[in-house]
Amino acid sequence: MIEKSLFRDPNLRLEGQEDAPEKVPVSTCPRCRKNQELPALAQGLFLCPRCGYHFKINARDRIGMTLDEGSFREMGKRIASKDPLSFPGYKEKLEQARGQSGEHEAVITGAGSIFGQPCAFFAMEYQFMMGSMGAAVGEKLTRLFERALERRLPVVGYPLSGGARVQEGIHSLMQMAKVSGAVRRHADSGLLYIAVLCDATTGGVAASFALQADIILAEPGALVGFAGPRVIEQTTRQKLPEGFQRAEFQMEKGFVGKIVRRREQRELLGLLLRMHAGGPA
Amino acid sequence: MNAYQRVLAARSNQRPDAMRYINFMISDFVELHGDRRFADDAAMVAGLGYFGNRCVTVLGLEKGVDTPDRLKRNFGSAQPEGYRKSLWHLRQAEKFSRPVLCFIDTAGAACGVGAEERGQGQAIAENLWEMMGLKVPVLSVIIGEGGSGGALALAAANRVWMLENAVYSVLSPEGAASIIYKDAGKVLQASEALRMSAQDMLSFGVIEGILPEGKDFELALPAVRDAFDEALKSFERLTGEDIRRQRYERFRGLGGDWT
Repeated sequence: MIEKSLFRDPNLRLEGQEDAPEKVPVSTCPRCRKNQELPALAQGLFLCPRCGYHFKINARDRIGMTLDEGSFREMGKRIASKDPLSFPGYKEKLEQARGQSGEHEAVITGAGSIFGQPCAFFAMEYQFMMGSMGAAVGEKLTRLFERALERRLPVVGYPLSGGARVQEGIHSLMQMAKVSGAVRRHADSGLLYIAVLCDATTGGVAASFALQADIILAEPGALVGFAGPRVIEQTTRQKLPEGFQRAEFQMEKGFVGKIVRRREQRELLGLLLRMHAGGPA
Repeated sequence: MNAYQRVLAARSNQRPDAMRYINFMISDFVELHGDRRFADDAAMVAGLGYFGNRCVTVLGLEKGVDTPDRLKRNFGSAQPEGYRKSLWHLRQAEKFSRPVLCFIDTAGAACGVGAEERGQGQAIAENLWEMMGLKVPVLSVIIGEGGSGGALALAAANRVWMLENAVYSVLSPEGAASIIYKDAGKVLQASEALRMSAQDMLSFGVIEGILPEGKDFELALPAVRDAFDEALKSFERLTGEDIRRQRYERFRGLGGDWT
């Protein structure tokens, strides 16, 4: 599963790689500039072997590395944006996003298990318009929390988003309230929701379901904030300090409970699910 | 009026500010300052008073009436402490079974280093969370600008109205022009594409009604009062559970039919 979605990345150099195995695609660590062959990078959970940098990863890969093998059942696969405002240029943008990501929308939802503990699960897709939330994303997430409530399942989610999707205008904004309502209902019936914030989690997603979880974890270095750094710099004409809004900063400020390296996430999620399942240690 | 002129009309400082509406329809208004955590944010006005013979909680995003007042109120853009102030009052409303009336006029939540350090995203998220669980009716009116998450934080309501020249949007047209068109000059195009008018919102089902303003806003104040009054009467017959469910269903249907 990991290798398949890996090869959709348009930024990766790979031409005819199936017949020409000598041309192995290479990716460069944005932090330490180390070059790494992609299959090896994928094998290593997309972590830089030199500096530990956490590369952005596809939602499918996230499912593959987090849930028990073969346990995932996808939900709401056919829900996809309908361009409700007929926003100029949006249809083309959607086509491009679908081609780039191989997904219909910017979030994948479903259910599976982690170390045998059943859970509802979502992961957002950075290659689909940077995980932005339009009406379809809001609907998929709302259904996920509603279904989880019906089936008495905890929710584990990986928010990653530039925020509300501008091309769907007010419909995107309304999703913040809609999803919040579903999260609230799920919570009111005593069910657990764990969010693992990814790079980047901003805007309307940060200001709604991403920061409404019972337990808020984050990947190292993930940018988490309401306004993005570029917008703040433009508005305030201030240069932002190194590390501003990163997960480490957000933990220091009190908004992130724990920073968890990718290698340790599955184990920790399994433990937390077990702790809330009511059984003995 | 083209789409961008409408945005400018919504921002006009001739419009009555939130305090004007509060003073017009709320008697014995007691403003309560502070969020009990960090500071008082003058962009968010909060308190309680009588609407007719009912005691209500009142929240307002206040842009200010003259330059010193506008500076003090950060032009209606609330910091996280503004949203933590409203959060406190939402909880008080629930505790004492008071309906909540919200007056919205903001370009958006404050953007800056301090706002981020103190968790602007978390503060808005918590308001939405709280509002979606309330068993008391929440009624909101957009009296000028309804800018993004900062406006929605007071509009996760049972009913929402807009004045006829108010706007409601996910992002300012200036922001959309620079993000989508990469050209700050394309602000008219962005205003049209975003569909921000009260008519648009009514057609999408995002609001329940459009209220008249009149030439000098002489119609706006009584129109808001009458809309609130009628709605509060209709909620009297409902249980708290019904009120909460109605709000959930209201938002549940927004964004399209997926069946």
